[in-house]
Amino acid sequence: MKQPPRSHPLWLAFVLHRLSGLTLALFLPAHFWLLSQAITAPARLDGFLTLAEHPLVKVAEFGLVFLLAVHMFGGLRLMALEFLPWSNRQKTLAAGAVGVALFLSGTFFLRAI
Amino acid sequence: MLDLRLYMLQRLSALVMAPLVLGHIAVMIYAIQGGLTTAEILGRTQGSLLWFLFYGLFVVAVSVHAAIGLRVIVHEWLGLGGMVLAALTWGICAPLLVLGLSAAFAVTLP
Amino acid sequence: MLEVIVQRGTTEASRTDRFDVPARDSQTVLDVVTWIQQAVDPTLSYRFSCRVGMCGSCAMMINGVPRWTCRTHVSRVVQNGRLEIAPLRNLPVIKDLVTDMDPFFDKWVAAEARHHPTRGRLEDSDPITANSPDRAEADLGIECINCGICYAACDTVAGNPEYLGPAALQRAWTLLNDSRDANRSGILAAVSGKGGCHNCHSMGSCAQYCPNALNPMRAIAGLKRETVKAALRRKRDA
Repeated sequence: MKQPPRSHPLWLAFVLHRLSGLTLALFLPAHFWLLSQAITAPARLDGFLTLAEHPLVKVAEFGLVFLLAVHMFGGLRLMALEFLPWSNRQKTLAAGAVGVALFLSGTFFLRAI
Repeated sequence: MLDLRLYMLQRLSALVMAPLVLGHIAVMIYAIQGGLTTAEILGRTQGSLLWFLFYGLFVVAVSVHAAIGLRVIVHEWLGLGGMVLAALTWGICAPLLVLGLSAAFAVTLP
Repeated sequence: MLEVIVQRGTTEASRTDRFDVPARDSQTVLDVVTWIQQAVDPTLSYRFSCRVGMCGSCAMMINGVPRWTCRTHVSRVVQNGRLEIAPLRNLPVIKDLVTDMDPFFDKWVAAEARHHPTRGRLEDSDPITANSPDRAEADLGIECINCGICYAACDTVAGNPEYLGPAALQRAWTLLNDSRDANRSGILAAVSGKGGCHNCHSMGSCAQYCPNALNPMRAIAGLKRETVKAALRRKRDA
């Protein structure tokens, strides 16, 4: 059956929260494994860290920082929605979460390049 | 699927992580300039109990949070349930915990 | 002429039929369905009653959006002269446009979304304080007519068949805030199970599509808050 067009802002915020969480969860094992090499195989970790000089990797890192920030601020919005008195400004708050996340990850990106 | 207990665990782990994520992002923004090296990372963290507590707590919270989050996604998108879902939740949480703690140890042990 | 695509059959064996329906001024989608049944195919099954947006029985998916067909003008939803009409999403189909509402109302009962009286029928009725905060919160949700539109709009219901859904949970919330309901703990327990309020992801499609402009997402957030408060209190008192 045809799915409802759900492209209203809070549904998009939900999709962003889910996909960012999913991506971060899938990234975590690699992140942890790599760092655990710091003492046993520092050359391998350094190899990957040098790889991070590649522009594409920098963009990917920017993406990860954005996803982390947007997942956190989006999550804070959801917890405020659930535990604080109701606010009708959910769409504004969701947009604000994306804005702050873009600002932080943008700052990171500008420092990285 | 998500009962009150899992829901509270999910929100509690999120609350714990909020300041940690902010700290993590701040460190990343600070440290990324001029590239990263293993020596630089270790120089910052090695032998520091504070960093171990920071990352250790982060790892515990994120393992719980990611396991519950993936459990929900797997149930809603792949339709898995029952014992398989319970096993999967633990099967995500435990390895993340082991990998994460070994990483936290690796960068903070003196 | 309108090109109308109607989903026919049951969940297990569905197909679509195409009908050409004369366009009229001030025509509702319910008028279109009725015209098809009366003029072309008397075997077409659909459900309606009041035709004025009070009974909540004529909801269907119109071009993919859950709506009351009686209060939806064709001119507002037609796309390039074309209308797609299907039974409500997230429910089994009995035949054509008629869904089996049993799962929807079973969940209503499972959520304890029914009145638990504080007084017997021979006693005086329990007066309510119209301007108390609890009453104001309950009043926000009591205009629900169980049409099932929020249930059809909700992706969490689609992905998680156990989930009680926005309508039942909103009614549970109105009763929780009703001074004349005697089973607060029962309601909190009923909405805390595996399919309970904690499965909601606050995506807000329920509020987006509710024809009565209600906000089940807000009600469910309230249930989450109250269940957590009750759990913490239990822990403290234990």
